Amino acid sequence: MEILGHYNYWVAIALMMLGLYLVIARGNLIKKLVGLNIFQTAVFLLYITVSKVAGGTAAILKEGYTLYSNPLPSVLILTAIVVAVSTTAVALAIIVRIKHAYGTIEDDDIMARDGDP
Amino acid sequence: MIAAHLPALQIVIPLISAPLCAIIPSGRIAWLLATLVSWIALAMAAALLAEVTANGPLDYAMGGWAAPWGIAYHVDRLGALVLVIVAGIGALVCLAFYHSIAREMTADRQPLFYTAYLLALSGMLGIAITGDAFNLYVFLEIASLASYTLVALGPDRRALAAAFQYLILGTIGATFILIGIGLLYMMTGTLNMADLAARLPELMDSRPVRAAFAFIVVGAGLKLALFPLHWWLPNAYTHAPSVVSAFLAGTATKVGVLILLRFVFTVFGVVFAFGVMPLGEILTGLGMIAILFGSLAAIFQDNLKRMLAFSSIAQIGYIVLGVGLNNLNGLIAGLVHLFNHAAMKTALFLALAAVFYRIGAVDLASIRGLGRRMPYTMAGFVIAGASLVGVPLTVGFVSKWYLLLAAIEAGRWSVVVVVVFGSLLALIYTLRVIEAAYFQPSPDDAGEIREAPLAMLAPLMALAAACLYFGIDTGLTVGVAKVAALGLLGGYQ
Repeated sequence: MEILGHYNYWVAIALMMLGLYLVIARGNLIKKLVGLNIFQTAVFLLYITVSKVAGGTAAILKEGYTLYSNPLPSVLILTAIVVAVSTTAVALAIIVRIKHAYGTIEDDDIMARDGDP
Repeated sequence: MIAAHLPALQIVIPLISAPLCAIIPSGRIAWLLATLVSWIALAMAAALLAEVTANGPLDYAMGGWAAPWGIAYHVDRLGALVLVIVAGIGALVCLAFYHSIAREMTADRQPLFYTAYLLALSGMLGIAITGDAFNLYVFLEIASLASYTLVALGPDRRALAAAFQYLILGTIGATFILIGIGLLYMMTGTLNMADLAARLPELMDSRPVRAAFAFIVVGAGLKLALFPLHWWLPNAYTHAPSVVSAFLAGTATKVGVLILLRFVFTVFGVVFAFGVMPLGEILTGLGMIAILFGSLAAIFQDNLKRMLAFSSIAQIGYIVLGVGLNNLNGLIAGLVHLFNHAAMKTALFLALAAVFYRIGAVDLASIRGLGRRMPYTMAGFVIAGASLVGVPLTVGFVSKWYLLLAAIEAGRWSVVVVVVFGSLLALIYTLRVIEAAYFQPSPDDAGEIREAPLAMLAPLMALAAACLYFGIDTGLTVGVAKVAALGLLGGYQ
């Protein structure tokens, strides 16, 4: 029960590890970026999970509801999503330029073409 | 009236000027605006430092919303010191931008360069001034994203690969900090640093708080390029535009150190960080390895920008080592070196920017005989290089002196040996440059090489003068660092 009760946390941790693994293990820059996005999204899930109150509803005043989930983490994550989107945009822009300059987006090829580590 | 809103204006003015720069069609006018804003930011930072030193920490509620609900800005002495460092480096380096950027970048990109620069500046200033943990993350990302862009604007394609590497590692670091902040919020229900500091002591034994601490230390370690999390730094500094290396070397890693200090001393507290968690051992150990590794690697570099980048890793080792020793002198050494290293490393990179401006290369072979052709530039390089080694009467000596005092006080003789040995290694790589510039004949095909333009020389001379002045008159820097260190050790105040 204890393990199932923390279901969301387990998923968040698994996604974090998956994302980080992709970033480290893949040589393709786009795949690295996908990994980074999964990693960031896992953190969003962690925040949202933290805010959930069992049986609580969205924080809107309405008769008959007294128990609300914490809305603040959702607001924080909206900001964090904007940050993640901007990061992705910058990264994609750099990848496009790398493709133009090197003709490849594979990490190994890029290193080989410059001849320095 | 305006004075009361200084903490907000400090951030808002550069932040608003950034998009203005983007819509200005001319690089020259964008440069004027950026320079003006940088000097205004420096004036405000100096005013804040004077105010905080005289009357104690300053609180500012953003938009009039009181602390736990609104975002609080909290200017303490440490924050004000970093504000002055960042704004000062920005203001000086901005002068050198004009010629260097005009040479290294096409005209249509120049206004955008100044936009990215102002965004980076406002982000870094924001980190120093905020009293809210999540706000710190947002400012960190503003500064980082702008820095990736600045690095990617480098003169050849390797800048792109370096920027991408920097982006990946920087984002992982920032996300680690975000995870840490999330865990802290989960346990305490607050993001305000003062409230966090008040609520954390009773949660010292809980596992999420310990995990949060680990995440934040590793994240900050990535941002400040602590060995072995430094892999993004050599490439980023080597391939970025010359003046960008000068700006980032003086500010980016310093702000990373500030994040570490903020969380370790202000939020978690000394008892938790050094008593419950083994931070002291980790920081001193990694600091010592960083000094040896960085200095050794610097000796074998022929590209001078790469040499200085590895030397930065070693110098960050000194700062972290001072913090890790966990006594007053160690912390003073760390804080003084924060200022000193910003001054000397920016001066060194500015000298290289001037060299690149004139001869288009910065490797050991092409600077042969340059001591006679660009005497002022190379003189600035030698003075700042002497500071790097820690020659008496330069700033480097002051920080190393306090570091040695702290090490002896803590009975850590291994630290003493490493610091002295590291200085010898620094002497070797500085001497390699001096030998090439002063004692070797110029290459035969070298054409007419003139001294760098005044706008590049002036900030270099100012920083070199600062390296000498603050090496002799230590009252100001050590004074501020001491008050800030006492404040840090005394907890949130």
